Amino acid sequence: MTHSSQSHLDRLEAESIHILREVAAEFSNPVMLYSVGKDSSVLLHLLVKAFAPGRPPIPMMHIDTRWKFREMIAFRDQRAAETGCTLHVHVNPDGVAEDMSPITHGATVHTDVMKTQGLKQALDKFGFDAAIGGARRDEEKSRAKERVFSFRSAQHRWDPKNQRPELWSLYNARIHKGESVRVFPLSNWTELDIWLYIFREKIPVPALYLAKVRPVVERDGALIMVDDDRLPLRDGEQPMMKKVRFRTLGCYPLTGAIESEADTLEAIIQEMLVSTTSERQGRVIDHDPSASMEKKKQEGYF
Amino acid sequence: MEPEIGKSEAGIDVSAETTLSIADYLQQHESKSLLRFITCGSVDDGKSTLIGRLLHDSKLLLDDQLATLESDSRRFGTQNGEIDFALLVDGLAAEREQGITIDVAYRFFGTDRRKFIVADCPGHEQYTRNMATGASTADLAIVLVDARKGLLTQTRRHSYIVSLLGIRHVILAVNKMDLVGYDQATFEYIADDYRQLASQLGIDSVHCVPLSALKGDNVMSAATQLPWYQGDSLLSLLETIDVSRADNKRPFRLSVQWVNRPNQNFRGFSGLVAGGDIRVGDEVIVLPSGKRTRLAGVINPHGESTAAHEGEAVTLTLADEVDVSRGDVIAVADHPPEVADQFAAHVLWMADAPLLPGRGYWLKIGSQTVAAQITEIKHRVDINSQKFLAAKRVNLNEVAYCNLMLDQAIAFEAYADNRTLGGFILIDRQSNATVGCGTIDFALRRATNIHWHQLEIGRQTRAAIKGQSPSCLWFTGLSGSGKSTIANLVDRRLHAMGYHTYILDGDNVRHGLNKDLGFTDEDRVENVRRVAEVAKLMVDAGLIVLVSFISPFRDERRMARALFDEGEFLEVFVDTPLELCEQRDPKGLYRRARAGEIPNFTGISSPYQPPEHADIHLQTVSLTAEQSVELVTSRLLD
Ligand SMILES: Nc1nc2c(ncn2[C@@H]2O[C@H](COP(=O)(O)OP(=O)(O)O)[C@@H](O)[C@H]2O)c(=O)[nH]1
Repeated sequence: MTHSSQSHLDRLEAESIHILREVAAEFSNPVMLYSVGKDSSVLLHLLVKAFAPGRPPIPMMHIDTRWKFREMIAFRDQRAAETGCTLHVHVNPDGVAEDMSPITHGATVHTDVMKTQGLKQALDKFGFDAAIGGARRDEEKSRAKERVFSFRSAQHRWDPKNQRPELWSLYNARIHKGESVRVFPLSNWTELDIWLYIFREKIPVPALYLAKVRPVVERDGALIMVDDDRLPLRDGEQPMMKKVRFRTLGCYPLTGAIESEADTLEAIIQEMLVSTTSERQGRVIDHDPSASMEKKKQEGYF
Repeated sequence: MEPEIGKSEAGIDVSAETTLSIADYLQQHESKSLLRFITCGSVDDGKSTLIGRLLHDSKLLLDDQLATLESDSRRFGTQNGEIDFALLVDGLAAEREQGITIDVAYRFFGTDRRKFIVADCPGHEQYTRNMATGASTADLAIVLVDARKGLLTQTRRHSYIVSLLGIRHVILAVNKMDLVGYDQATFEYIADDYRQLASQLGIDSVHCVPLSALKGDNVMSAATQLPWYQGDSLLSLLETIDVSRADNKRPFRLSVQWVNRPNQNFRGFSGLVAGGDIRVGDEVIVLPSGKRTRLAGVINPHGESTAAHEGEAVTLTLADEVDVSRGDVIAVADHPPEVADQFAAHVLWMADAPLLPGRGYWLKIGSQTVAAQITEIKHRVDINSQKFLAAKRVNLNEVAYCNLMLDQAIAFEAYADNRTLGGFILIDRQSNATVGCGTIDFALRRATNIHWHQLEIGRQTRAAIKGQSPSCLWFTGLSGSGKSTIANLVDRRLHAMGYHTYILDGDNVRHGLNKDLGFTDEDRVENVRRVAEVAKLMVDAGLIVLVSFISPFRDERRMARALFDEGEFLEVFVDTPLELCEQRDPKGLYRRARAGEIPNFTGISSPYQPPEHADIHLQTVSLTAEQSVELVTSRLLD
């Protein structure tokens, strides 16, 4: 049903643009969640394309946990300025009051307060009725069944057993006041598609994805970067210089680096083509029983 | 238009580093075609095992995923601790516990030749809607059968849904060949049976493959155990079947999603091209308005272009300032789609509450959402046998052939010709849930044949001569709540003041106009519809009409309200608790209903949906009848 000269990436791109335009047309107050990572970079690029030559009518929002790599924050502000997109930044004030950190409070509590609760707060505060995210169905088993337009109750809950049927490319965007929809325009992309598209379109992404000699410590089997003195060193821990890069970018004490020589985009893609671990492995938070992501999502984690 | 994205300091400067190898790889990746397919089979036919096998054997599993699979296999597996491929694809925890695939899951894999998106659909009858969801975007279906069992009722059902959703290519996978000794005759027998079924259903491209998902025989490559089978393995079939449409010269259509108007000098219309190609300078028509103009320009994701092609997300500019808004269709002028407001269509119902004719729904098609109702159920189709059955309602997972009426005309095409302009979903107006989907067959011409008789004397004139504003007071509430009492008192009061009124009472109307109707949900809908239409004629005639009707369903009251102009219709909720009505029981009906003598009695065995925003809310427990009358008349006359 598609034009023969349209490549695989062209088709994914067209589908995502179609979704973004539906969001702009059907919701009164949509937002794009921007997490600074590669998927967000692709989303932002698509958002600009979908509404060219106009400016994107959808603002972006970053839920800042205060534990992002410093480079990510600089990159975020720069991209917002370059694309002319409005950027909202929200930090959970309760977490700030308690001086929440993944180190003293643990990964689970930190993520829940700063990310999950922070996101709900921000959505309520701005009254957003649609939140666009970069999740892909190939990332994780429970995402494979999620809709492109994923309905959330007024309490931000996802009910996996009662999802709206989604046929063709017809998205049902009707909701009552207080309810909202999470929208995933990259649902049908794979990690490889993302990288190839970044390469093809020359989309800027944070340099943390590229291998560079960085100070790290080895902790609980993961390589944690010593980004600055926010990370207290444990007894006997000695930062070492290693050539590392990141496959996903989260809060830095929760994101393990991998040793790598891949310091160009090509090299990353090449490395990925032969790699044998999936990207979420770098996220410390996922090392729970395998149904945990579904549980987090029901509670409102993205 | 190349979006202005410069290089970033904190980011990777990508423009500088282009080595040939990845560029080559990209090229190769880009030239692969994409095949979207669904797998359908019943519980235990081996569907999950087959998909797990495809993912595993095409080396798509990564080390940590494999490790999770191995540990899951030990915890939940059914293969005595051996790898259970089915666990790979049964995603949701609830499903895992019950051991069945409930929802559609999408999987991705690829080979050197093609990329695949698999919609893994549950097969049980109660999940027909999930299967339809997966089928709606698929080009091909794998229908799985167990070699020991041959074709079953469900095989027929799955194939029917496949044909209903317009999938034109089927691979019949005869699984578990290992359990029938890889016997050729068994396979041939099933394959012949299936070819017959497929031709009945109008599926003309059928391939039959014997295999064992568990052992991997004939999944990726030919199996030594199947020397008699000369055809392709499942995967090579998937890699090579040509699913492009033979008639790829389709006329151009685009459903406008978004009007792009950044400044005074630019006005573009964005959407996904739903069919055909068009070039700058070609004449186009905007529907339903019928305005003609020429294509002035195209912006696609790569920038400005001189043409737009099927499947592309584009923004079009037009030569003239014609009115175009979201939901309109831009089409090639010499071959436009039809415009109509009544259709014959197949509808698959997806909600627990049944579809009732006469009830209002939202219908979304393309980028257009309009109010719709099913005016008639022509027949229901038994999804297992495809027999036609008479029906007054359509229940969850049932398919019916219906007539639909919209509140405005839209541009459309038959589903067989264009999925985008012929496929629709139905949305409940209260819950906003997606309750049904449908495929348009053809337009009914009736809308254009009835011309309203232009009345010489208008309603204004009639109202003026009576010196009143005609209106409809709609009393709703439980039996015995006091509707008739209050309506009668209001009537008397108004009459005394010189107003022209009339009462339509449930009991009276049921003796005459509606004596053919009973108390089933369908009949209640029709009962209210007729009364609302009569009330409307009376309001046109200049009267103040008092309708005293239980009218238990919100949808019907909303339908009644929609017949009138703003402010002409006042919903009066006579709110008396059930216990009190039952105590009063003026006609002895509650006692009989409790004794089971009256089926479908509102409040007892049939629901009452109280109004959410009644214009007048009478809480009779704390009001005298006189006070209620006062509230109603003062609101009416102010
Ligand atoms: N012997 C044999 N068993 C199979 C084959 N395919 C699947 N099975 C078994 O049939 C059962 C049901 O398989 P499953 O994939 O869960 O079926 P689903 O309900 O269709 O997803 C499991 O015990 C499988 O191991 C096959 O080709 N041969």
